[in-house]
Amino acid sequence: MVTGPFLILAALILVGAVAAVRMRNLVHCVLAVAVVFVGLAAAYLQLGAQFVGWAQMLIYVGAVAILLVFAVLLTRGGEVPERALFSPGWHWGVTIGAAVFALLAWAIRQSPAAHPPPAAPVQVTVEQIGTALMTHDVLALEVTGLLLTAALIGAVIIAMNDGGPQ
Amino acid sequence: MSGVDQLFVQLKHWALARCAGILPEAWQPLVSLLLSIIPLLVIFPTLFAAMVWMERKGLGRIQNRYGPNRVGPFGLLQPAADGIKALIKEDIVPRAADRVVHWLAPVLLVTTAFTVYAVLPFGRNMVVVDLEAGLLFFFAVGTVAELVVFMAGWSSRNKYALLGAMRAVAQMISYEIPLVLSTVTVVMIAGTLSLPQIVLAQSPASGWWPAWFVFTPWGAAGFVLFLIAANAEANRSPFDLPEGESEIIAGYFIEYSGFKFALFFLGEYLSLFAVSALGVTLFLGGWHAPYVVGEWVPSWVWFFLKLLAVLALFIWTRGTLPRLRQDQLMNFAWKFMIPMTLINVVIAALWHWIGSGPVRWLVCSALVIGAYSLLGRGLMRAGRWMPRTYRFAE
Amino acid sequence: MTPLAGYLLLAAVLFCIGLAAALTRRNAIVVLIGIELMLNAANLNFIAFWQFGAHPAPVTGIMFALFAIGIAAAEAAVGLALVIAVYRHYRTTNMDEINELQG
Repeated sequence: MVTGPFLILAALILVGAVAAVRMRNLVHCVLAVAVVFVGLAAAYLQLGAQFVGWAQMLIYVGAVAILLVFAVLLTRGGEVPERALFSPGWHWGVTIGAAVFALLAWAIRQSPAAHPPPAAPVQVTVEQIGTALMTHDVLALEVTGLLLTAALIGAVIIAMNDGGPQ
Repeated sequence: MSGVDQLFVQLKHWALARCAGILPEAWQPLVSLLLSIIPLLVIFPTLFAAMVWMERKGLGRIQNRYGPNRVGPFGLLQPAADGIKALIKEDIVPRAADRVVHWLAPVLLVTTAFTVYAVLPFGRNMVVVDLEAGLLFFFAVGTVAELVVFMAGWSSRNKYALLGAMRAVAQMISYEIPLVLSTVTVVMIAGTLSLPQIVLAQSPASGWWPAWFVFTPWGAAGFVLFLIAANAEANRSPFDLPEGESEIIAGYFIEYSGFKFALFFLGEYLSLFAVSALGVTLFLGGWHAPYVVGEWVPSWVWFFLKLLAVLALFIWTRGTLPRLRQDQLMNFAWKFMIPMTLINVVIAALWHWIGSGPVRWLVCSALVIGAYSLLGRGLMRAGRWMPRTYRFAE
Repeated sequence: MTPLAGYLLLAAVLFCIGLAAALTRRNAIVVLIGIELMLNAANLNFIAFWQFGAHPAPVTGIMFALFAIGIAAAEAAVGLALVIAVYRHYRTTNMDEINELQG
């Protein structure tokens, strides 16, 4: 039972993804990947995961896409047209990608886990998520907080201009 | 419930019942949604026109001049004249511009600015969708504006536009953190992310002290921090560096003219209204009166009165404060706003933990004032007066 | 095809596009975009299995996706900081020209 909304979303996501890796201008790549992020957020909403959908939107469109934009502009990627988009051994990369896809598609086709009997849709309230974050998953939450702090400090130190070789 | 209070809700039900006879059953949700959305699409652009008039009049008075007074009585038709001018102007797209992105930016800006209104409660039972994660939705959709600003600046192929866009994005990212953190306190105390539920948590009690969140130590601090961050998010003076006319000639929308420029203008004001309405909802009790006796006034009247009061505050700020420098802006965000909002989160937790009684008032007020004076003094000392050096272009 | 299989296939295609991009593009930023696409594909799988699969605890799938999103943000920040640092040093973000470690 593949529905219309799913097909539209899938088309949006896939077109965006292909554009993100095929475009010549890096800023266009970033804008295309932002479209993918929005499409995925919509897919999460369609799957009933409201909270994850909005979190995806907030973090990917609001933070990761902006980070990508800054990186592109700071490395002057938006100005210089590249001579060759792909590495010399690009056909190997495409072959590997296709092979992985064939394997995954075969697994999805074969596995009984991918074809479960229709079950009642799950509903999770924001309150349940909050409770789980503060009780069962509190350790993971703390570790994520620590990781994010470390990443923040690390990113600042790596990107800091230390007057090294220019 | 008085009749006037629920007037618009009743009207909608009436219209829906009319439509039920004509349209098939499956269209009902769509019609219901449209009936909720269309009033918003009418009211807020009208408020935009009124706000532009109020702002120009108010700024004029602050600066000792009259403001617009030629078109219509008291210049009231000035927004209409401005609108006609914007519509009939030539729409210029620079030759080097990235046409698709250049066109997409203003459209996306206005669309997202309208989208966030979906979760704001404008009165009792007057909300388009009561999302469980409404506050998260507000910020998630609002964050698209950052990307849009970048799109506008980059696609114009103009150095001032790009500079303005980068300034705007850096500023919006920096001030988004205190904006979100200042609302976290409300979420902690109200225990919900749904905006109608947050309003209900501020229902007037029988006591003499209003139940609005702004009338608590953490709420007062949070409201002020929220307003400052909202001011910066909206790129308004004193945080209008991305649009500073005198330094980067209007920033990221310099290459926009005619209708697209008007769309940017509209989008900016719409997001200002949205964030002000959010502030009213979170801290000023939403559509609630401060006391039970005030409940006879319709809820939407209360809401719009508060909204207008907050907007007046924004106009006043704009007319009063000078523009910051880029380093002052960033210092203020990272060295004052973010630590202060983080401390405020802790204070709100203490408020909840101590329970009730005068002790929590004492402790929390002392903490707010102490943190403010410490952080504020730290910031002032960092910015000690230095002998200024000037550099000139060679 | 069940809805779950549809979402899984979508995620698989997305993953492979990301993989191919990470393997073939020369620009470091696009390689990072490819990695982000792969992470997102994994997240889509979590949510799809949470909605359609058998689940002992109702929030586990959501939690996994939330933490993955948070960690992906950290990954993007560090990765892009590395790209900028490399750019400062070599004046390029082309992966094929940055081969000093090959000796």
